[in-house]
Amino acid sequence: MSKSVLRGLRAAALTGTLVLGSTLAHAAENPIKLGVLEDQSGDFAAATIGKVHAIQLAADEINKAGGIMGRPLELVTYDTQSDNTRYQEFMRRVLQRDKVDVVFAGFSSASREAYRPIVDQFNGFAFYNNQYEGGVCDGHMIVTGAVPEQQFSTLIPYMMEKYGKNVYTLAADYNFGQISAEWVRKIVKENGGKMAGEEFIPLGVSQFSQSIQNIQKAKPDFVVTLLVGTAQASYYEQAASANVNLPMASSVNVGQGYEHKRFKPPSLKDMYVTTNYIEEIDSPKSKEFYAKFKARFPSEPYVNQEAENSYLAVYLYKQMVERAKSTKREEIRKVIALGDVCMDAPEGKVCIDPKSQHMSHTIYLAKVGADHSISFPKTWEDIKPYWLGEAGCDLTKKDPMAQYTPSNPPPKP
Amino acid sequence: MDIATHVFSAFYQFGDAFAFLVLSACGLAVIFGMMGVINLAHGEFIMCGAYVTAATVHAGLPLPLGILAGTIVSALVGVLVELAVIRHLYDRPLDTIVATWGLSLIATQGTLIMVGSTMAGVGTPFGSFQVGDYSYSIYRIVLFCAALGVLAALYALFNWTRFGVLARATIQVPHMAAALGVDTRLIYSLTFACGAGLAGLAGGLYAPTMTLVPTMGATFIMEAFVTVVIGGADVFLGTAPAGGVLAVVKSAMTSWQGQLFGQIGLLVAVIIVVRVLPKGISGFVLRERT
Repeated sequence: MSKSVLRGLRAAALTGTLVLGSTLAHAAENPIKLGVLEDQSGDFAAATIGKVHAIQLAADEINKAGGIMGRPLELVTYDTQSDNTRYQEFMRRVLQRDKVDVVFAGFSSASREAYRPIVDQFNGFAFYNNQYEGGVCDGHMIVTGAVPEQQFSTLIPYMMEKYGKNVYTLAADYNFGQISAEWVRKIVKENGGKMAGEEFIPLGVSQFSQSIQNIQKAKPDFVVTLLVGTAQASYYEQAASANVNLPMASSVNVGQGYEHKRFKPPSLKDMYVTTNYIEEIDSPKSKEFYAKFKARFPSEPYVNQEAENSYLAVYLYKQMVERAKSTKREEIRKVIALGDVCMDAPEGKVCIDPKSQHMSHTIYLAKVGADHSISFPKTWEDIKPYWLGEAGCDLTKKDPMAQYTPSNPPPKP
Repeated sequence: MDIATHVFSAFYQFGDAFAFLVLSACGLAVIFGMMGVINLAHGEFIMCGAYVTAATVHAGLPLPLGILAGTIVSALVGVLVELAVIRHLYDRPLDTIVATWGLSLIATQGTLIMVGSTMAGVGTPFGSFQVGDYSYSIYRIVLFCAALGVLAALYALFNWTRFGVLARATIQVPHMAAALGVDTRLIYSLTFACGAGLAGLAGGLYAPTMTLVPTMGATFIMEAFVTVVIGGADVFLGTAPAGGVLAVVKSAMTSWQGQLFGQIGLLVAVIIVVRVLPKGISGFVLRERT
């Protein structure tokens, strides 16, 4: 920014007018501040450093094109270190001391639930740009990631039709894994299947011999892996070396932690993932985004779905602020309530649903081959985040600031 | 399913847990159990071994040589760390906690910045075999044998070699050893390097089976410390039975109720052993003998 000010002053000196310089300096004094709280170190860093880079890329592009309503976008970035207490600490700091206009924050659902009460308490405005277990009905939050009705309602019936009706879930043992497993159970039952077994793995566990044997004992037709963090990803290598050889399905793996790039083939053979973006998607928009990303960050190991969610979130925010002509949350929510906040994202067209403030997505079914190449057997366009709205969450009328699950739906009026 | 299948599966799970506990712990058993240095950077020595192993295998070396390279590099790093930091803190055990914790933070973050957030895996060798309904990884049997081999080698090193005798003498009564002409500084350095090298060996052995990230050391550290704490001061007589007891508890609880209960069972067993045998299992065994 100081560079642009300098350039402005130099231009002003050259043309003999100080007007240009002073308007630029004025604009620089009054930026729109965007807080970025993401894990740049710790167990989740592999999946989340790309999110920070995506936000930087979008902010650079927007600033180069003149900012938001002529105001530059300024990022206030902190490393939350894969630690829930850091989220609380830095959320207080960006809202109280840095006084940001909006915060983009969080990877794990535990961290989101750690900071969400603070956003509510200080009347902040936060984007959660991550796929998750769904159900957050909170007017202070916008969720751009995919939710179970988008990822599991597509994935599980496909897998049951292709491989059989006996399903085993191996999930991380915290709110994300537990609630996602509940969704899997519900959808398997609705489709006439049966749970062959379930196991929940504490975060940070890296040894899976016994879990592998439990799976072999239960003899499922396929395994739903909802493993989170880099330690738990060791499962694939260990299962492959024990020759488990079962198809796998996931809403988080590959699309976040690019396990197919990190592990030696064929350990992720026959893994099916529903994701709204991964860098292999072969469309002009996706290729363009990927090329821009690589030009700005050449050493980025992988452009994952959360990077795309974060990138498009910056543009959605720009659009909402410009239409509301304000950065105030209440003004922005009036724009959301119109129901036509949409954009052409790298994945395809996305829109914000006014009732839940979640987002519609194009869902790609990605299949990992024996050589770890990706193919896309199926694509679902414009899948809406319908569950919250149907269950009774309507943020245009009432803001309960709560999270709901299938077994704990919103209270009936 | 017949009884033989059950017996083999129980033994395999025990062996797997035993190998993980013993290999995680043996380097720490030398540095913490024997020398009394509370080494919170133990996990990062393991990470160092794993990273060097993976890097050399990617460069074209066969896996056993890669593991050897990982072990040697970790031992050399151990020498440097001992010379630069640990040497000045032998009579300040609490300060070693702060110093080694700082080292571990520097190592984790330094690796993240220099090598990146992940490193490509090398793949587990040897494939699998079938017993009854279950298939098993052959490499896990190799790990179990490696754990037994390391224990045997440690026993031989500290009981039958001149270096082992000098090391034990130096650590028990340093001024007496010095008076008898032992270069105690050198012995301290070599012993610390031995512990660091063992940590590197554990990292190298587990590198093919795990995700390679800068924080990977953290998944070893809890198991390593509890094994050494309940094992006590003697490397062989402590680590071997401690690994055995904890592996029985952990594999039985995990097969009965899953991973969470395996961890709970492990920690409850640790609390009970520490309460009943404050000097660890080796303290109990040695007192019985004398």
